[in-house]
Amino acid sequence: MPTSASTYGLIATFETAPALYHAAEAVRDAGYRNWDCITPFPVHGLDKAMGLRRSIVPRISLAGGITGFITGMSMIWWTGAVDYQLVVGGKPLFSPMFAFPVSYELTILFTAFATIIGMFVVNGLPMHYHPVLKYDHIRRGMDDTFFIVIEARDPRFNLANTRALLEKVGGKAIAELEA
Amino acid sequence: MAHAEHSAAAHPLLQEVKPAVLPRAVLVEHNRSFSWITEKICGIIEGKTPAWWWVCFILACFVASFTVGGITYLVATGVGVWGHANPVNWAWDIVNFVFWIGIGHAGTLISAILCLLRQKWRTSINRAAEAMTIFAVVCAAIFPVFHVGRVWFAWYLFPIPNSNAIWQNFRSPLEWDVFAVSTYGTVSVCFWYVGLIPDLAVLRDRFFAAGNKVRAFLYGLFAMGWRGSNRHWSNYEMAYLILAGISTPLVLSVHTIVSFDFAVSLLPGWHTTIFPPYFVAGAIFSGFGMVLTLMLPLRAIYKLEDLITQYHIDCMCKITLATGTIVGYAYGMEFFIAWYGANPYEGFAFVNRAFGHYAWAYWWMIGCNVITPQFFWFKWVRQNTTLVWVLSIFVNVGMWFERFVIIVTSLARDFLPSSWGYYSPSIVEIFTFFGTFGVFSVLFLLFIRFLPVMPMAELKAVTPQADVHGGHEKH
Repeated sequence: MPTSASTYGLIATFETAPALYHAAEAVRDAGYRNWDCITPFPVHGLDKAMGLRRSIVPRISLAGGITGFITGMSMIWWTGAVDYQLVVGGKPLFSPMFAFPVSYELTILFTAFATIIGMFVVNGLPMHYHPVLKYDHIRRGMDDTFFIVIEARDPRFNLANTRALLEKVGGKAIAELEA
Repeated sequence: MAHAEHSAAAHPLLQEVKPAVLPRAVLVEHNRSFSWITEKICGIIEGKTPAWWWVCFILACFVASFTVGGITYLVATGVGVWGHANPVNWAWDIVNFVFWIGIGHAGTLISAILCLLRQKWRTSINRAAEAMTIFAVVCAAIFPVFHVGRVWFAWYLFPIPNSNAIWQNFRSPLEWDVFAVSTYGTVSVCFWYVGLIPDLAVLRDRFFAAGNKVRAFLYGLFAMGWRGSNRHWSNYEMAYLILAGISTPLVLSVHTIVSFDFAVSLLPGWHTTIFPPYFVAGAIFSGFGMVLTLMLPLRAIYKLEDLITQYHIDCMCKITLATGTIVGYAYGMEFFIAWYGANPYEGFAFVNRAFGHYAWAYWWMIGCNVITPQFFWFKWVRQNTTLVWVLSIFVNVGMWFERFVIIVTSLARDFLPSSWGYYSPSIVEIFTFFGTFGVFSVLFLLFIRFLPVMPMAELKAVTPQADVHGGHEKH
């Protein structure tokens, strides 16, 4: 059955976390790729049930941390030993020892920025418009209800079959989302 | 379990052993539902502004005006309006700075270190404790910034090219402190904000449904379009864990570097290697004192007993007891090393602390910091909320005196008796410090009025019904 171009996907409601968890396992095993769970809190173990890979945010954080440390060391070296040499208290113009505390703090600062910016970029946020947010009952998805959304762009998506699958795994109030 | 069964088969005697069942403490009492949590927390923001809030807010603004007045006078006149003079060139400004920074540390401890240690009881107090951290850093920053004298040159603290073409002295612990504290403030705000995102989305949707478009827009703007997607939660959880992971060494380094301001100098009474761990323990001790001071009234006013349970109070009291005892040990060890080190100047500095002109401050410190927490050994004390609150005030007072004792007694009696002096604060200093409690209260009152005081998503995640295996361990 062809789907209309204006359909974003199908949304199904689940009342409890265990129901969502087992449904997510079934949707994963059915081979869907472009689908999502909407939960009011991070459900423990759901990443595995959805077959998600480990987040790539840590790699971005690591890059931020390395940048921060290099920035600290090179800033202190350049300002003190290159740009304006000034002997204070007979100490060397540059030493990694006294440059360490500031570099350490900058490592942490840059890691924090990289982590947060990385998290937003990987998540595609901010995105203030989204078909899921237009769904009438989505407010409960921030409160106490769970949803599974299967997108129409998924190669396996078929309005009738997908709806049947969501019904089979216990989804209630299955509805079409407008794009 | 498989391992236990295997050993039981190997040793028949073990089959007779019945291990005690250790029940997990309930974190949300009365088996509350997810929507109860949402209603409870959002209800605080959505309800009408209570009369007590206005009373407290106006009072807090009045108190804060003392800081504004004190600082205005200082900027208009000069830093000489503070009571510093040789030999005590650092006094209340650095005392108050370290006092406020230390208070902030419990917030980071709760949000970061307890997160890494998987202490789930942190969830109901971490949001307010993080807010406390940020507001404490704001209060702390006032003092060094205005102590520079010509505050319009405070940006000289940062490596920004200026007309003198000279750069900061990175060999100085004071410059390390600039980076430590500004990083600490920034990362604390980031961590707090990331934690707020899912809750801001809840408020966005609730205000939108209630027809309040302005507030829905504002909460929505900062919620970044959060929609509870698990693909987002996956990255979000990882980012949160990393922020917790980096905040842990950060909080330890910040007070370590604050202690370097003293320890790297050559002054007897300051020049000791025990300072970093001793300062960190003291910071956590004072911070937990302040968390108790703030959370217990909040719990009573908003009837949050199901979320901040007796178990939470017990945990906080026990950490206060542990860190307070570490601080007490450090006081003893300082004396021991002063004697064992056989340095007459060091020995004199400590004898002078306990029996010199500032002995009154020293014994206030010992009374509040060493004796007060010992009450928390007793269960009946921990269960008496009023008593816990009163004791927490003593902890706050004691930790202020600790910084006063360390800083002022050492400076007032340094190497040359000819330069000895006695420091008393000027009225401007007293006003400025008194006012910071108002600044802190104003910010904290605005926080509890407009932002969720507890992380709803995290609270929901620690309830029994959030467990997808229905409470049975299954792998």
